[in-house]
Amino acid sequence: MRKKIMYSFPDEVLEHVFSFIQSDKDRNAVSVVCKSWCEIERWCRRKVFIGNCYAVSPRMVIKRFPEVRSIELKGKPHFADFNLVPDGWGGYVLPWIVEMAGAYPWLEEIRLKRMVVTDESLELIAKSFKNFKVLVLFSCEGFSTDGLAAIAAGCKNLRELDLRESEVDDLSGHWLRHFPETCTSLLSLNISCLGSDEVSVSALERLVGRCPNLKSLRLNRGVTVDKIANILHRAPQLVDFGTGSYSAELRPDVLLNLAGAFSCCKELKSLSGFWDVVPAYLPALYSVCSRLTSLNLSYATIQNPEIIKLVSNCPNLQRLLVLDYIEDSGLEALASSCKDLQELRVFPSDPFGAEPHVSLTEQGLVAVSLGCPKLQSVLYFCRRMTNAALVTIAQNSPNFTRFRLCIIEPKTADYLTLEPLDVGFGAIVEHCKDLRRLSLSGLLTDRVFEYIGTYAKKLEMLSVAFAGDSDLGLHHVLSGCESLRKLEIRDCPFGDKALLANAAKLETMRSLWMSSCTVSFGACKLIGLKMPRLNVEVIDETEPPDSRPESCPVEKLYIYRSVSGPRFDMPPFVWTMDEERKVMH
Amino acid sequence: MASEKDLNLEATELRLGLPGTSDESAKNQMSATPRSNKRALPEESMSSNATASKNCDQETTPHTKAQVVGWPPIRSYRKNNLQPKKSEAEPSGIYVKVSMDGAPYLRKIDLKVFKGYTELLKALEDMFKFKAGEYSEREGYNGSEFVPTYEDKYGDWMLVGDVPWEMFTNSCKKLRIMKGSEARGLGCVV
Repeated sequence: MRKKIMYSFPDEVLEHVFSFIQSDKDRNAVSVVCKSWCEIERWCRRKVFIGNCYAVSPRMVIKRFPEVRSIELKGKPHFADFNLVPDGWGGYVLPWIVEMAGAYPWLEEIRLKRMVVTDESLELIAKSFKNFKVLVLFSCEGFSTDGLAAIAAGCKNLRELDLRESEVDDLSGHWLRHFPETCTSLLSLNISCLGSDEVSVSALERLVGRCPNLKSLRLNRGVTVDKIANILHRAPQLVDFGTGSYSAELRPDVLLNLAGAFSCCKELKSLSGFWDVVPAYLPALYSVCSRLTSLNLSYATIQNPEIIKLVSNCPNLQRLLVLDYIEDSGLEALASSCKDLQELRVFPSDPFGAEPHVSLTEQGLVAVSLGCPKLQSVLYFCRRMTNAALVTIAQNSPNFTRFRLCIIEPKTADYLTLEPLDVGFGAIVEHCKDLRRLSLSGLLTDRVFEYIGTYAKKLEMLSVAFAGDSDLGLHHVLSGCESLRKLEIRDCPFGDKALLANAAKLETMRSLWMSSCTVSFGACKLIGLKMPRLNVEVIDETEPPDSRPESCPVEKLYIYRSVSGPRFDMPPFVWTMDEERKVMH
Repeated sequence: MASEKDLNLEATELRLGLPGTSDESAKNQMSATPRSNKRALPEESMSSNATASKNCDQETTPHTKAQVVGWPPIRSYRKNNLQPKKSEAEPSGIYVKVSMDGAPYLRKIDLKVFKGYTELLKALEDMFKFKAGEYSEREGYNGSEFVPTYEDKYGDWMLVGDVPWEMFTNSCKKLRIMKGSEARGLGCVV
């Protein structure tokens, strides 16, 4: 009997199979199996994630994936969050919207992070995509409430409008009125970043009232606590709620109403907001506490015992963001009450003060690592640390995936032994085998980078500041960290040698940022010349880099891989080291 | 018998602190970790052309330190949203956005670093690579197609230079470098 060779399934069958494959990684793997799979896969890819908007051009994306419904784009490098990237650097979304308006009339979702979004872009979105559903603008800027009005008015099926942490030109609170009376589709509305100016509360109430599926609502600081009860009564189905300013003149009826309104929200699991907290209004939350899995008090200037009281009543808490007013004692209470805690972020209440005025030390973090076995993600600002504490923390919490420690004063040594904190961080990378993200601080030598290069094999993102002694440090990281995607460095004595020796590594990463280091202009030019698939951008706000000798260090350097070559929208203070275009912008 | 003054004991005195400083300031310069091997903090570089202010900002007062740009790593919206406990720890500055007709990017500057209009105009000219021309109260800016204007807190667009400097820094919401006919229109309104 002749064996029949099965060539392949029909396209429709493969497409159906692929529809169960959602993750980008898997989709990418599918597309390289063979030409026909690549072809079938590209026609049915609905979701695209572009981690660096300059890594590829809109036309290239559209050409490869003609039927996309959902796109996510990231623009500026992470250090833009801390004002290290000058205004005007780039990250404009308009060119993307223009191309997609023509190519993806059925686009439903746009998610942007650290991009410049103009009112013009928003108006174009509202006009071009008839079935538009989701707009997330995370840390974006460049737009005003006029643009939001266009979205509200134009997107008839809008489900999600999330402006988290964006900078919005707040011209008028009336933009909310532009949501038509027929709009009932909202699932999620996050306007927490809008200014203190009045938002039209009556329009908000009406909007909330007519959207029965609204699950997530985050108000801005302009909404005071006495307005909340009316809003909550209209949306008892809320799962995630962000209060506005949690303050108002203390009146017992307001407190009672508020407590009543909160107790009606049986699904409420997540709370945030709490600007300007009047502690007397906190008891209104107690009925919700037992169900809370996420609590963001990082704007709440409340102290102990209020914080402890609140946190001790939340046994199911998985995520806590809080100011250092919680102190070590509060963290100890947290450790004994919240055994399901997975993520903790402690922010400094007085980051620029010379002296600490709260008792938050390494002890608090040790307590949490001991008491909370599921702890995975930490962001911790403090003023002192020891190697011993870090070793203990590492041993208690081998499950860390994200560990970001910021000791406020740069180059602070172990306060007991006065040694560098190399051993402590070394313990973290050695014990936490699944660590994906790490931020270092304190006094650190090249040694810590040797540990990182040796142990941190799953590390994807590393942030370094005021650390290291020589190029060897950088070399350890670039040669040892196999999974590294993003590396950002500031104020470290890293120069040409390590970079040139590991230039090929840069093509395996999304990006490298180095500022106030000792990389010379000549080295930048050399990398730009030798590596055509890397964009090497030099940022200098004082004068052109070629007006100085080649050996002079550049102010800031941003290298990223790209298949679309150098960009054309660079401002005067950014130069590209492109082989063809020489040094130019 | 020689007096203490003659012997100049101070010069040979062993004490903590940099040479040339008195005891008072030496105490204030001591850090919490005397053995740490710190480099000098990098210069503040908030605004690209305010070299005059750079020197001023490097002086550290006894109570606050020279701030390092972007350190500690906290987002600005978070800094702005906190109520500072001590007012001297609050980083102050009057930041306004600057746009220029035809330029695809915005800049932000701190009006507080400038002492007057001359410095401001020089900085703007350097930033956007243009020449503003001569300013006169009667005729506005002459000899250039670029005119610096600003929006005040009442929403009106004014010519930069029309009001006293203090009044300007208190009321300026944003700056716009206008070009061409729009500019001429404003320049005539006196």
